[in-house]
Amino acid sequence: MKYIDEFRSGELASGLAAAMRRDASPEREYRFMEFCGGHTHAISRYGIEDLLPPNVRMIHGPGCPVCVLPIGRIDQAIRLAREQGAILATYADTLRVPASHRLTLLRAKAQGADIRMVYSTSDALSIARAHADREVVFLAIGFETTTPPTAVAVLTAAAEGLRNFSVLCNHVLTPAAMHAILAAPGGVPLDGFVGPAHVSTVIGSAPYEPFAEDYGKPVVIAGFEPLDVMRAVHMLIGQVNDGRAVVENEFTRAVTRAGNLRAQALVAEVFELRESFEWRGLGTIPASALRLRPEYAQFDAERRFTVPYRAVADNKACACGEILRGEKRPQECKIFGTVCTPENPIGSCMVSSEGACAAHYTFGRFREAAA
Amino acid sequence: MKANYARPLDVKHGQVDLSHGSGGRAMAQLIEELFAREFSNEFLAQGDDGARLADPRGRMVMATDAHVVSPLFFPGGDIGCLSVHGTINDVAVMGAVPLYLAASFILEEGYPLADLLRIVASMARASRAAGVPVVTGDTKVVERGKADGVFITTTGVGVLREGIDCSGARARPGDAVLLSGTIGEHGMAIMSLRENLAFDAPIVSDTAALHGLIGELLGAVPQLRTMRDPTRGGVATTLNEIARQSGVGMLIDEAAIRVTPPVEAACELLGLDPLYVANEGKLLVICPPEHADAALAAMRAHPLGLAANLIGYVQEDDRHFVQMQTRLGGRRIVDWLSSEQLPRIC
Amino acid sequence: MCLAIPAVVVELLDGDSAVVDLDGVRKQVSLALVEHIAVGDYVIIHVGFALQRLNVDEAEQTLALMRQLGSDALGGASAIGALP
Repeated sequence: MKYIDEFRSGELASGLAAAMRRDASPEREYRFMEFCGGHTHAISRYGIEDLLPPNVRMIHGPGCPVCVLPIGRIDQAIRLAREQGAILATYADTLRVPASHRLTLLRAKAQGADIRMVYSTSDALSIARAHADREVVFLAIGFETTTPPTAVAVLTAAAEGLRNFSVLCNHVLTPAAMHAILAAPGGVPLDGFVGPAHVSTVIGSAPYEPFAEDYGKPVVIAGFEPLDVMRAVHMLIGQVNDGRAVVENEFTRAVTRAGNLRAQALVAEVFELRESFEWRGLGTIPASALRLRPEYAQFDAERRFTVPYRAVADNKACACGEILRGEKRPQECKIFGTVCTPENPIGSCMVSSEGACAAHYTFGRFREAAA
Repeated sequence: MKANYARPLDVKHGQVDLSHGSGGRAMAQLIEELFAREFSNEFLAQGDDGARLADPRGRMVMATDAHVVSPLFFPGGDIGCLSVHGTINDVAVMGAVPLYLAASFILEEGYPLADLLRIVASMARASRAAGVPVVTGDTKVVERGKADGVFITTTGVGVLREGIDCSGARARPGDAVLLSGTIGEHGMAIMSLRENLAFDAPIVSDTAALHGLIGELLGAVPQLRTMRDPTRGGVATTLNEIARQSGVGMLIDEAAIRVTPPVEAACELLGLDPLYVANEGKLLVICPPEHADAALAAMRAHPLGLAANLIGYVQEDDRHFVQMQTRLGGRRIVDWLSSEQLPRIC
Repeated sequence: MCLAIPAVVVELLDGDSAVVDLDGVRKQVSLALVEHIAVGDYVIIHVGFALQRLNVDEAEQTLALMRQLGSDALGGASAIGALP
């Protein structure tokens, strides 16, 4: 596959591994957070840890929109399907997220709720057109990569005069989450960030500049493939060694400083900032999420239906909050791998395959077990 | 044959109805004019509820499988030939020569007879090509909505070959792990038709009867430890099953596992891992390392094993992990599937 | 959160969409988020939408840089990635 396989080359990987070994100073530790869940997944799935110098550690960040989706928001989705008789269209990623009353969207579906997996918002719109007599609600999740497609869906629905389509909006913002991590009391022992790939395609590299300036942490935006991640870590090592803290772009083939202006404009047309939003594991963060503008109220499931949000606390034994902030590693959670597994996820980090705990369990737990 | 029925079965426009399962004349007609006509052999011709089989002269092996695939027709095959191949393979991987099949059908009221005929004709073709007759069967009809068109259960019996001892419990550290060909085709052929995930892709199911390939293999290397066909859950699941059964670990090489470009691309688009995608015509083989070359040569000489490859080795590991050297050079485990693999957007 | 991959545009369709091809697998995607896309362009697709055109020159340059870095680090004697 062109422009994919080349960035997975084992040969180039050993070259980059050698470059990192040469450049990483043996006198210090390097701690970098990869923000994006996709990067967490790539690191585990390719075993990139084996190719990094031993004094370079990757900390897994909260950039997994399924992981940070509060239980109460899934409850809302389930209630829409069960109580309001709506057809709930959702990406597959959310189907197994544990919600209240031992339910998941998948279990609710098995119990008769009309919940349908879609690959795209266009599929959700097709369902709405095909079932004019039913309400169709699209469960919108994701960071800035996935928000533009939802914007297009709302605008399309408006243009067509669709009367039975709405969105349950859970779109969240990357810079706000990065800020929450960096602004944690006591500071956070991080030397830099590997910035998200496709979020940056949309928002550009400019939004990360305040982090480099205000917190003095370098940010290198990395493409999605393993070689991209390795090269970005190499660039971070370089900045740390030089005492620099700027935003650099490894993913130049897809990311510019300004980003995708057309996509940004469409998002601005449809969405506005929420004052605050609850993130699972991170608490309530101001200006961190979106909702539909009043002009599009008829497409906002929260205004169209009565499904008030009820916050649900996480299991006390769950260490997801600390793990999402990079303070703990999955294996340091008391219930990791015993009570909490991908089959029976207790917390958000185990729910999605790119959550730190799920990624470690699925791809990497053989490393500790050797003890 | 004297016509016993007022009108022949309307296979062009007719549908399955509850009378076809009631045991009466309608059911007898369905069996005679559709099933028995297609399968046509000495056993069914006897017309009894069961089949008298020849003396097995050896240790018997039996296997059974229910088939509920949806959609019923897919590129490269259908539920009919799938059910024949699948059970033949289950018997053959035990090291037995498959001899006979039984087939029971659960039909949904309203299912078109024309499609049922297509399925049964396909089964009959597969059965004849494999040399394994369907000697007895059963039909039931359930109300509309209680079945997905057609469910088929096939049971196969065979006789263990002399001197062969194949089992999932026999893998030993140092053994070679071989794979007969490219992976992921059946699962992705099915995916390409599923609602909401449709796309045009030239991916064809690999459904096939493997007993011929297995015969060649056992002839060349009777010392084989294990054979298994990696169906649901893919190669990853089968390797983990064998590892657990044998109490060992494995180390496989990602670069040695062959995936055709369209399958790789389709998996990429959906966020699926080919290692977990179903196959229906592939063989995983575990054999003593000194016989690996002979085993590979035997497979590659057969049409169903042209792309056979050595993919790794069994190793000592009391945690029973299947480890993989990724194409990048790092390591990861290939874990059990936690539940059905769903497409990802993240 | 970004399962997105590059694919080549093989056909432009009415209604602001296109057919992309990835090693023989074809999919219809929306072009609502991008502009001036032509057949032969590579686009990054995510949940049925093209997010951005891939800058193929930058892609080649990035690969060349990675080869060079590896070459330098491993002693420069063998050119990495230039093997047949």
